[in-house]
Amino acid sequence: MSVGDHTSANVGARTTLTDVGYGWPGWAEVLEVLLFRGGFNTSVVVTGTTLLGLAAGVVGVFALLRKRALMSDALSHATLPGIALAFLLATVLGFDGRSLPVLLAGAAATGVLGVLTVQLILRHTRLREDAAIGIVLSVYFGVGVVLLSVVQQRPAGNAAGLSHFIYGQTAAMRAGDAWLMAGLAAVAVASAALLLKEFALVCFNDAFAAVDGWPVSKVDLAMMALVVLVTVAGLQAVGLILVVAMLIVPPVAARFWTDRLGWLVVLSGGLGALCGYLGAAVSALLPRYPAGAVIVLGAGVVFVLSMLFAPKRGVFAVLVRRVGLRVRIATDHVLETAHLQEQELLRDDESPHSGDPTNLLTEVAAERRWPWWMPHVVRWRLRWRDEGRWVRGALNLKPAGRRRGAQVFRNHRLWEQYLVSYADIAPSHVDWSVDQVEHVLTPVLVEELEAALAERGVPVNAEGGGA
Amino acid sequence: MNPAVHQFLSLDLWPIVAGTLAAVTCGLLGNFLVLRRQSLMGDAISHAVLPGLVIAFLLAGTRSAWPMFVGAALAGVATVVLVEVVRKLGRVEPGAAMGVVFSVLFALGVLLLEQAAARHVDLDADCVLHGQLETLFWFPPSEWGAFWDWLSWSAVPRQVWTLLVMAALASVLVTLLFKELRVAAFDPALATSQGFHAGVLHYVLMVFVAAATVASFEAVGSILVIAMLIVPAAAARLLTDRLGTQIGLSVVVAVLCGTGGYASATALPAAWGGGAVNAAGAMTVVSGALLLGAVMLSPSHGVFAKAVRRRRLSRRVALDDLLAALYRLWEQGQETVTRPTLAAFVPASTVGRAESDALRHALITTSAPDAVALTDEGMRRGAALVRRHRLWETYLVDRTEQRPDHVHDTAERFEHFGVEPPAGPRVDPHGRPIPDVSASD
Repeated sequence: MSVGDHTSANVGARTTLTDVGYGWPGWAEVLEVLLFRGGFNTSVVVTGTTLLGLAAGVVGVFALLRKRALMSDALSHATLPGIALAFLLATVLGFDGRSLPVLLAGAAATGVLGVLTVQLILRHTRLREDAAIGIVLSVYFGVGVVLLSVVQQRPAGNAAGLSHFIYGQTAAMRAGDAWLMAGLAAVAVASAALLLKEFALVCFNDAFAAVDGWPVSKVDLAMMALVVLVTVAGLQAVGLILVVAMLIVPPVAARFWTDRLGWLVVLSGGLGALCGYLGAAVSALLPRYPAGAVIVLGAGVVFVLSMLFAPKRGVFAVLVRRVGLRVRIATDHVLETAHLQEQELLRDDESPHSGDPTNLLTEVAAERRWPWWMPHVVRWRLRWRDEGRWVRGALNLKPAGRRRGAQVFRNHRLWEQYLVSYADIAPSHVDWSVDQVEHVLTPVLVEELEAALAERGVPVNAEGGGA
Repeated sequence: MNPAVHQFLSLDLWPIVAGTLAAVTCGLLGNFLVLRRQSLMGDAISHAVLPGLVIAFLLAGTRSAWPMFVGAALAGVATVVLVEVVRKLGRVEPGAAMGVVFSVLFALGVLLLEQAAARHVDLDADCVLHGQLETLFWFPPSEWGAFWDWLSWSAVPRQVWTLLVMAALASVLVTLLFKELRVAAFDPALATSQGFHAGVLHYVLMVFVAAATVASFEAVGSILVIAMLIVPAAAARLLTDRLGTQIGLSVVVAVLCGTGGYASATALPAAWGGGAVNAAGAMTVVSGALLLGAVMLSPSHGVFAKAVRRRRLSRRVALDDLLAALYRLWEQGQETVTRPTLAAFVPASTVGRAESDALRHALITTSAPDAVALTDEGMRRGAALVRRHRLWETYLVDRTEQRPDHVHDTAERFEHFGVEPPAGPRVDPHGRPIPDVSASD
């Protein structure tokens, strides 16, 4: 059974009753499709969606950065009335209403109209962007639905298959359609590459761009036009709802991995292309896996993985950093308290703090409301960094730990003095805010603080005695 | 019974009622979505319930209402939670977070739908989108007397009952929690500090939106749900500044959409000799038309009202400028002013209009041909304007420490307001006298 047969089985899937069970394709078949040898039709479809994914990924980056991710949602829904109108007009004028260029031209026209309507609503009413997008999206789509039902009543209407533009029908793509899509995608990618600098400027600081003499509204228009191109190109392949996903998901996923615009564009475009390629291949190999859905789900999987595991912005990376900071702060508190106790012991055996050092950890834990796991981790960290050792439940400070304890205590006093003498905060009010800052003061800042306080004549003695 | 009435009762009544109930339910809830700038949550939820519907269907194996309802409601709540998770944990911009979540869930739904189709079950995706209002038949009793019989009511389509319950629930929510929802919509932080957590309220509202979406689905389809969650509230928001009134108006708009939409879907095409078009779509279109009406004609915020106000203001400013210019010339000894002289002081584009206004109100007289002079009343108003202008200049120089040659433009704008800075100074920063018009406005 050749791959081409699978594709056609996919088209007629709804009506046949016999193809409920299907076998998994063999490796040879998979390779054939992936290497563009799986028959002409399949190759056309795979090429087309790959290019579409590339273009959508690249263009989507700018929509995301311009905070217009959902504008493409309004745009794509607004294409529906255009498709139906184009069909009606073309048939009335005696052309073939099903010709793809005609339909896509209609789609682009009302899509642009929809975007303009959003802008008009924003300019002339007090409705916010979310409401404006929602209004255009639903009303235009409603008009489309009404027009579709008009189309259905026409003699040739049922055969038009216009509603495929809603969910997409990749397998029906012909070579000419793929070329059209490839052309649109190429235009989108090329202009994004040529205008990268302008787009970046407008995305990140449009006010500066305007002051600097750049034609901001024209650049904006160019970005929007690219979104229109990609949306229209994607209508047939993945449908008007899922093309939005192709514009949004790859850029958002790529954003987790980099802070550089160039890389972001490359990553997002690459991700889009990969999803388009694999999605179309899977859809060609397995019946009942519509390409649009597979492509978007693939991108969704990449998104989830990126969100969880990206090295700097990923959820786990952030979590590890936060927990690490908490542990460091907790250890600091233990060292600080231990340092204080040593000082007190040296000075005065009768002081109230000189109690049993064995329950130091429980004392700090109770005072700081540590979670249950924290004492264990702190214990482990102290040993690992060789800052202290537990001998029969009591903490023996090592030189490194003693130094750190003294340093934290000193930082605390320095910052306290700084706030009291420079920020005019009452001495009784500074302790809490200082508690958070004392752990993160850098040596350079400490030096500056010392200099500043010395200038004011505030005494800060060397062991961190303070006032 | 009249056959036409019978036909109306069996074919048209329940679609109208169902559409209107769905519109009212969504319209009520939509008020708070629009105010909280969460309008698109309705869009997201109604796309994202698709996988919930299909999974519930696959698990339960029937198309009966309850499993589907539960599945879709769970999917709706999951959407809300996921959007929050992506936004907070992933630090993704809210719009993009919503887009990612609902589109991926929708893709999952489409895939599952295809898979379900493999098992010979027909879940029509189109019906999810634009509903099946037209299928709500009823076999009404043929005699009016039989309407007392419970049996004839039990044949009312189930979707109508579902929607009725949902509409009642939404009204109860909005009535009971009106105060809380209002505070949370305008100032979430204040709401939280007053002891009812704005976040919890948000979730309560979202659960209702999800439930309303699901309840409306089967009858009206998702597209009408999205429209009704946004458009009636948006239209009402343009018509009033009071939340209570806004909610009332949104219900009115929703009812108009439901009834007018159905009428225009069936009656209008019939008038042209065509078949009925999609009713849910037509209701959406009607809502769009009503919104357009509100945008244009709203007495307070409408485009026309604003244009009229702006025009009136510019006419008043032009008149003010004419009187002030004539007064200044009078100060310099020109009691009558020829038009060419005047042209040097007031913009040519407005002077004709301003002159005729002034003549009509007897503020100036045309003493000689081609020359004008202030009447007593005109003199008083001109003096008041110049006084205000110079007082503002003095104020700006004294209090805001601007240089005397920088204050004219600001004073030129401020002089048209009714407000006057504290009196006292007799001379402005340029050494010109400040007219004393204690008897004037």
